[in-house]
Amino acid sequence: MGQIEWAMWANEQALASGLILIAGGIVATAGQFTQWYLGTYSIAAGVLVCLLEYPRGRRAKGSTMERCGQKYMTRAVKALGPLTRNYYIRAFLHLGLSVPAGFLLATILGTACLAIASGIYLLAAVRGEQWTPIEPKPKERPQVGGTIKQPPSNPPPRPPAEARKKPGEEEPVVGVPTGGPQENPMPVTDEVV
Amino acid sequence: MMGSWILNESLSVIFVLSWLGVNLYLFIDTFCWYEDEESFFYTRVILGSTLAWARASAVCLNLNCMLILLPISRNFISFMRGTNICFRGPWRRQLDKNLKFHKLVAYGIAINAAIHIVAHLCNLERYHGSHSREAEGLVAALSKLGDAPNETYLNPIRTFHTNTVTELLMTVAGVTGLLISLALILIMTSSTEPIRQASYELFWYTHHVFIIFFIGLTIHGAGRIVRGQTPASLLLHNITFCRDHFAEWQTAARCPVPQFSGKEPSAWKWVLGPVVLYACERIIRFWRFQQEVVITKVVSHPSRVLELQMKKRGFEMAPGQYVLIQCPSISRLEWHPFTLTSAPQDDFLSVHIRVAGDWTEALYKAFGAEAQALREPWSLPRLAVDGPFGAALTDVFHYPVTVCIAAGIGVTPFAALLKSIRYRCCESQTQLKLSRVYFYWICRDPGAFEWFADLLLSLETRMSEEGKTHFLSYHIFLTGWDENQAFHIALHWDENTDVITGLKQKTFYGRPNWNNEFRQVAYSHPSSNIGVFFCGPKALSKIIQRMCRLYSSADPRGVHFYYSKESF
Repeated sequence: MGQIEWAMWANEQALASGLILIAGGIVATAGQFTQWYLGTYSIAAGVLVCLLEYPRGRRAKGSTMERCGQKYMTRAVKALGPLTRNYYIRAFLHLGLSVPAGFLLATILGTACLAIASGIYLLAAVRGEQWTPIEPKPKERPQVGGTIKQPPSNPPPRPPAEARKKPGEEEPVVGVPTGGPQENPMPVTDEVV
Repeated sequence: MMGSWILNESLSVIFVLSWLGVNLYLFIDTFCWYEDEESFFYTRVILGSTLAWARASAVCLNLNCMLILLPISRNFISFMRGTNICFRGPWRRQLDKNLKFHKLVAYGIAINAAIHIVAHLCNLERYHGSHSREAEGLVAALSKLGDAPNETYLNPIRTFHTNTVTELLMTVAGVTGLLISLALILIMTSSTEPIRQASYELFWYTHHVFIIFFIGLTIHGAGRIVRGQTPASLLLHNITFCRDHFAEWQTAARCPVPQFSGKEPSAWKWVLGPVVLYACERIIRFWRFQQEVVITKVVSHPSRVLELQMKKRGFEMAPGQYVLIQCPSISRLEWHPFTLTSAPQDDFLSVHIRVAGDWTEALYKAFGAEAQALREPWSLPRLAVDGPFGAALTDVFHYPVTVCIAAGIGVTPFAALLKSIRYRCCESQTQLKLSRVYFYWICRDPGAFEWFADLLLSLETRMSEEGKTHFLSYHIFLTGWDENQAFHIALHWDENTDVITGLKQKTFYGRPNWNNEFRQVAYSHPSSNIGVFFCGPKALSKIIQRMCRLYSSADPRGVHFYYSKESF
């Protein structure tokens, strides 16, 4: 299990716990169970957890699949700086958020799941993992004409590139024309009539 | 042809719809039963229809928990595939989609579990609330039942001065319910695609929590807290009359106190079979793992391809099948699939492994393919082989003419097939129905498949030795080439053998013109049934299918192309 980044699993688990907290809270509030105010708390806590956990962090190695539409939340989560980057803080935050929901039956499952997620985050933090945002790489504009350093120095017809070597660098191969302007084998005169 | 095409496409849809149909039928049937059943009348007075919701989803949960272990019993599926009688053609393809079905059933379990949990949350709350001061009349009377001797209780919660959390944790059903819900959630969160790809081990280890899931499921109903009136009590106690006279239950003889009993746990009846089957499955896997696999030859091919020839007792295969290989010294958990490249007539089994990731890289190194010195046979790592699995390409021999088309890596099952064809055509005893094979190989980068070109070369020489040069004709298409290669090829154009492959038949450059090819084949065999077998990307598969339809003649005595949609 060497390459596992525990934060990945903690993230999935915490997101699921958030959704379960919201669901349990809705059941308790809508059904007006005893102590249903804990249900409303649970909905709020669930929403907070979901918003925090929705943007996936970038993996240390390899590419990460983004969740659909996460770039807006990434900006918000990134703005909170060390509060969200550090997994110790996340672990204790989740543990703290989960405790009050444990007193209501409808949300006890959410509590248990969030507590497990908190434990996995603690493990991730102990192993030194951190949350880094997935940012789109700035697109490299293809440089138009970047490889053309100098305009050609010979008039056409030009011999192929391999033959366009500077004279004196190599033994000229028989049959291959040397670089430089076209050298005519016979004198050519321009006949103007 | 159209009929079989429609059948192929829609079989999956039909399968899923029937699964959905069975679920819906069970749900609605159980729901209506619990809503109408007399023995649960008094239970419904306290709980309302959430009782029916909870029980209906419980039955669906039983069904889905029974089904979920079946698609991953690999040996069971292989066994089913082996019984050719009922699993021909399109049905066999469904067996290849077992993992998709496993996931579908898992989603079914998740949805039903959600309904079940919410319904029981409401039930517990109502049971608790029926003891409060505001509870009136019949509800209060029913909740008090069980306090006096000779009375059986209906309400599992006995007093108001408790909270539902404590009550839950004091019942077997509550504790097991919490445990199995947690197990389910842990399994699901560790099975998402990113985690499976990042760390297969985490996914695999966490998935074993299903053991806790099934144990919890079996004892979940042991507390018998779903209570209904006993049949004996129903005979004595007329509900329609007595429900309005609850104040007289203790006193009057007309309405004796109703007696209740808990429902027997039934989950074990559903899941016992599949659990036993899966246990046997794991035992078989372990036994197969223990079976000795002797590596007889290791060949290192160019472009980092490793060929392993092995022997395993009692191993029988058909061309087109694959095996799962594990190397304990690299990873105890990973089993990787590789198509078999040896023919059934060979006395060994061989796979060609191309380095494409961590595990294959480690295997390549472990077999000493990178080092220059030879490895001693006893120092080679141990391998375990499970299989063979997958669909077989045996239908090839049922046609007089066959067209085999392989694109890129799809060439590997055809290696086994071509070898098998060579063995069978050169056996002079049996007269083969198959008399002509056209083989098309479309390849972008031939570098990785030089071993296959060698195979073709040896086939070519063998065929010409036997005098059967017209049996097999192959056409190789190179779709990726650059200027340097083009120069080289142009220079050697006039030679006898092809410059890239060394074969007598020349390599073509660029993609094949399927219209021409199919037209030529149809022209050469005007009244035959021609089987077309393809292995490669889907886009090309669609094109080939279209060609088959186009060039099949409308005349029943004319040429017919039968496209075999097996996926390898």
